[in-house]
Amino acid sequence: MSHNTLLVFELTILVLAIFLGFEVISKVPTLLHTPLMSGTNAIHGIVLVGAMIVLGAPNKDVFDWVVGFLAVVLGSANVVGGFVVTDRMLEMFKKREPAKAPDARDGGGPPGE
Amino acid sequence: MSTNLANLLYLIPISAFILALHFLSDPARARRGNQIGAFGMLVAIVVTWVKVGATSWWAIVIGMVIGGGFGAVAARRVKMTAMPQMVALFNGVGGGAAALIALAELHRILPEPGRPKIDIALAIALSGLIGAISFSGSMVAFAKLQELIRGRPITYPGQKLVNLGLLAVCIALSVVLVSGVQDEWLLWVVIGGGAFFGVLFVLPIGGADMPVVISLLNAFTGLAVAVSGFELENNVMIVAGMLVGASGTLLTLLMGRAMNRSIANVLFGAFGQVSAGAAAAAESDGGTVRAASAEDVAVMLAYAHKVVFVPGYGLAVAQAQHDVRQLADLLEAKGVDVTYAIHPVAGRMPGHMNVLLAEANVPYPQLKEMEDANSEFTRTDVALVVGANDVVNPDARNNEGSPIYGMPILNVDQAQTVVVLKRSMNPGFAGIENPLFYNPKTVMLFGDAKESIDRLIEDVKGL
Repeated sequence: MSHNTLLVFELTILVLAIFLGFEVISKVPTLLHTPLMSGTNAIHGIVLVGAMIVLGAPNKDVFDWVVGFLAVVLGSANVVGGFVVTDRMLEMFKKREPAKAPDARDGGGPPGE
Repeated sequence: MSTNLANLLYLIPISAFILALHFLSDPARARRGNQIGAFGMLVAIVVTWVKVGATSWWAIVIGMVIGGGFGAVAARRVKMTAMPQMVALFNGVGGGAAALIALAELHRILPEPGRPKIDIALAIALSGLIGAISFSGSMVAFAKLQELIRGRPITYPGQKLVNLGLLAVCIALSVVLVSGVQDEWLLWVVIGGGAFFGVLFVLPIGGADMPVVISLLNAFTGLAVAVSGFELENNVMIVAGMLVGASGTLLTLLMGRAMNRSIANVLFGAFGQVSAGAAAAAESDGGTVRAASAEDVAVMLAYAHKVVFVPGYGLAVAQAQHDVRQLADLLEAKGVDVTYAIHPVAGRMPGHMNVLLAEANVPYPQLKEMEDANSEFTRTDVALVVGANDVVNPDARNNEGSPIYGMPILNVDQAQTVVVLKRSMNPGFAGIENPLFYNPKTVMLFGDAKESIDRLIEDVKGL
């Protein structure tokens, strides 16, 4: 594939990803704002893939070694830290389910005298 | 592995990331969503490993162990209250990685015969600049939330002009870089300038607005990663990066809306700058503060019909959520109707209070969102404010000079009595005076939130 054909194809998926990114989270409750931010933060850890490509390239000089290695370190921290922090936040939500059933909605008015 | 096969296999992580974002918007499936995202990331790493890993595989492993180990330990050790700054930190390193990739790519293509392609040069300049802004901006946000530097806005005259000028210079240098002067030192200058801009850009923003800024920088990093994908002709980086760039931008707008502030106001408003005048006005009202003893408050609580807890960041700092739950149980045993009023941005992050109270097993139906809670305050005997400040500040309703004017608040001043648990009379994180404390209906119970609640528990038990 020629460079320009590839470029046009890449631009196409870029634009589709923009619209998808807006659509896929359009209705998110306030209490999930923070976990969602943290989750997307983990997903851009995909930068690690780029760092691996740089460090895995053949014929590196010292500069490539240093920069590539640093990029892999930073990218791995982004991936692991991002997913673990998000999981810890979301862990807190699971305990709620059993409490929902017994309680009547809104206590059924103010308690009598 | 051929590029085609790799790209085909990359469809797995791409699908996983889309599903992850979708599930993360739904409370019941959010955790599953995060796990799907992590699975997708694992597949992406393995595919890339097989594709390029043969060369220097040991260096990649060592780098991953160091970075991943740091990430895992930092993320496991951190207290729930410090989550926001961890997100900032991990966001920053991602941006830094994107900037480093730009440097490496320019270094690699320069010795090749012929001029570098203009789109590749553009991608290198953009990902270097945006990655650097995201890196340094996130580090400042981290330092502010970690209280390594002052959380209050740092301002000086002509600040916006200086920032704008610096950004313009960075962009101009990027244009020079793209249009032909492909020298490595020029990219270093662009990245250095971007990093400096990131610092100047976040410094004037107050600590209370940090979540919105982190969310914006998160979108920046996503964009930088997507652009890096063009340099490396890597589909999964383009799609995943741009998904984060777009959803992160939308999330930033949603967070701003929850605080009833425009993003422009958050970024350039230098929150707190106008508060000097407003604060002086509040003080000159001449209100006095009434301090109460724990015994007095315990009596008020035990003989109330309806008590509403209003948790804020002070509760998170003191880790008092379990004690609050215990006090609530005691009161309920005495026949008091107890609920919790949750402001959408109480604490340092939206949803912060829900997370903490869920940790203490507070039943979900007792948590009232702002609208529901506000309709109940007129029927409330005691509103117990635990370490909240700005989200109950009536100035947001009444004082047009206040920097938080227009922010929706919890109307605790409509309750019969307001009890405020607070460490001291220092203004809150945003540095704004709160007339609620001078309200004749208000009594203050000074001290660490956890200790105060524990004293209340003892006193209520003794009644």
